[in-house]
Amino acid sequence: MKKKLLSLLLTGAMVLSLAACGATAESDQAANDSAAAETETAETEEETETAATDSADGAVTGTLKLGFIGPITGAAGQYGSLANYGAQIAVEELNALGTGLTIEYQPEDDVHDAETSVNAYNTLKDWNVQAIVGCVTTTPCIAVASEAYSDRVFMLTPSASSPKVTADRDNVYQVCFSDPNQGSKSAEYISENNLATKVAIIYNNADAYSTGIYQTFVSEAEARGLEVVSTTTFTDDTTDFSVQVTDAKNAGAELVFLPIYYQPASLILSEMDKQGYEATVFGVDGMDGILGIEGFDTSLAEGVMLLTPFAADATDDATVSFVKKFNEKAGETPSQFAADAYDAVYTIVDALNAYAAKNGAFDVTDLSAEELCDILINTISSDDFSVDGLTGAGMKWNASGEVNKSPKAVIIKDGVYVGM
Amino acid sequence: MLSYLINGISLGSVYAIIALGYTMVYGIAKMLNFAHGDVIMVGGYMAYITSSYLGLPYGVAILISIAVCTLLGIFIEKLAYKPLRSATSLAVLITAIGVSYFLQNAALLIWSSNPKAFPNMVNFGTLELGNIRITSASIITFLSCVVIMVALTLFTNKTKMGKAMKAVSEDKGAAQLMGINVNATISLTFAIGSGLAAIAGVLLCSSYPNLTPTTGSMPGIKAFTAAVFGGIGSIPGAMLGGIILGIIEILSKAYISTELSDAIVFAVLIVILIVKPTGLLGKKVTEKV
Repeated sequence: MKKKLLSLLLTGAMVLSLAACGATAESDQAANDSAAAETETAETEEETETAATDSADGAVTGTLKLGFIGPITGAAGQYGSLANYGAQIAVEELNALGTGLTIEYQPEDDVHDAETSVNAYNTLKDWNVQAIVGCVTTTPCIAVASEAYSDRVFMLTPSASSPKVTADRDNVYQVCFSDPNQGSKSAEYISENNLATKVAIIYNNADAYSTGIYQTFVSEAEARGLEVVSTTTFTDDTTDFSVQVTDAKNAGAELVFLPIYYQPASLILSEMDKQGYEATVFGVDGMDGILGIEGFDTSLAEGVMLLTPFAADATDDATVSFVKKFNEKAGETPSQFAADAYDAVYTIVDALNAYAAKNGAFDVTDLSAEELCDILINTISSDDFSVDGLTGAGMKWNASGEVNKSPKAVIIKDGVYVGM
Repeated sequence: MLSYLINGISLGSVYAIIALGYTMVYGIAKMLNFAHGDVIMVGGYMAYITSSYLGLPYGVAILISIAVCTLLGIFIEKLAYKPLRSATSLAVLITAIGVSYFLQNAALLIWSSNPKAFPNMVNFGTLELGNIRITSASIITFLSCVVIMVALTLFTNKTKMGKAMKAVSEDKGAAQLMGINVNATISLTFAIGSGLAAIAGVLLCSSYPNLTPTTGSMPGIKAFTAAVFGGIGSIPGAMLGGIILGIIEILSKAYISTELSDAIVFAVLIVILIVKPTGLLGKKVTEKV
């Protein structure tokens, strides 16, 4: 029993520290393995002004000091290192445009630790940072955000998805969907496309990410007349899903909504197969990566739909070019973290350009972080500002810092993600 | 209801097969080998690697996995537990927890934390009886459980080695005086226990196809509970305890609460221990002072 206690304590600590990074956490494995095949279509290697560059002639000039904070090493190292690569690619592309704007980029490692993250932030402050892309994970992000709020430094987080990151702070914005948003978007998508009327939900109620999505999903589903016929839960260590699946099956659900990470999802799919239960399976971004599980029988995931901001094997030019560059730089396939960070850099530069287009050209070099913060807040939250990025077309932000973009739904066909 | 019961039995037989390993080692060496759950994990990885990377047929993969785990068991015993033979049982317990963490972290280093989907190595189709579906994995797990239980009971009661084990468990010193090689006997116990762990690993992962470095820990703890439940040290008790535990877990999930099922399982354990401290089939041993 000692071990039980100990392991409970340890898991508890881990859950507390990790659970919060919600939406995107864990799905980094996302498309790691899946997209390799697609990259060869990247032959069309024209100059890649990728999606986000609707920047005119770049009325902004000078040198922008852009900082990055994320777990580049450590237990959450996958997330931060890939995001760092993604941001670097964006910086290199923008610098190569030769618009007169040069970005100086400095990444700092926070090993997914709040205290280290604040230290990293202070290092960037000493370097006279003007805006920050970060933090990558939620817990450090909340810590840094309150510092940055009092110092008036603009932060755009690629992937810290909890609403707590942006709450009551006007200087923090998100590129990723916030947790609650995914739930309502999923219900909206299911009802608008008439995928089902009877829905079963299986979610992890030991996890803030899963619970958050579940709650907004249910209220949106009710508003739209979807009938939730079965709701079952599980906790982190669960491997046996027979009860949950039997319950959904007996309730006659046509669609099973899984607001969970891909690992338990794979077990649920295998259990559904065991029980001969054929229903549509609908997941959110945590499902992204299910095809990347080593040894996974992809036929089990046939027909699974998921809402995700980024699929590395999408065939649009922007994605193909990004995946190719990423592969050359990092030696692996980008995750949505990488794409989120890439979009974050472009969003900041686009906002500066949009401001310049309205108020005339300006030199960014001598602006203080505080001045830049006001410019960015006003521009990004304004109604006429939007960004077409890798993780969504027409991304718009409200004043509370949450992004509004139409989610991309993909369906798994013949073992690959196909856009819907 | 019937389908829940069948689910419960199939989950229970996985616990039972792990519990047999626990009880075997405890019954003879009188120590709780908390690393047992992690040997299961290693067994799962060995079977996965040999079949997926080396492309060997499942049967061969399972045999290799058993062989590796058997050696690992002997190795762990020689390295970690033997030097502590005369130490307090608390020291041995802590060492076992240490070995458990060592194995988990070594697996984390070697195979990373990314989950691997385990192929169903015992897939011979599904038995359908009206509305009820029983997978071959469940049937085979249950059958191997019964076979192993019978074999172990026969082995400890009828063979010379088995009797030596019982003698060692009763009194090491006296057994040695009677010409029994105590070290070899304890090593053999660990070898058998770990070999069983490999089988348990393959069957566990075939039913619940998710292999990570912590795959073995939770089932290990539950199976330990099952072994205590049935009377630790008692071979039929481990089997009975495992099956009952599985049924309780599934039924409480189905009819009470999915979140509280673990709490209920452990609460039942506490009640049993209060009412019958030696477990369901445990024998009362009077210690002579």
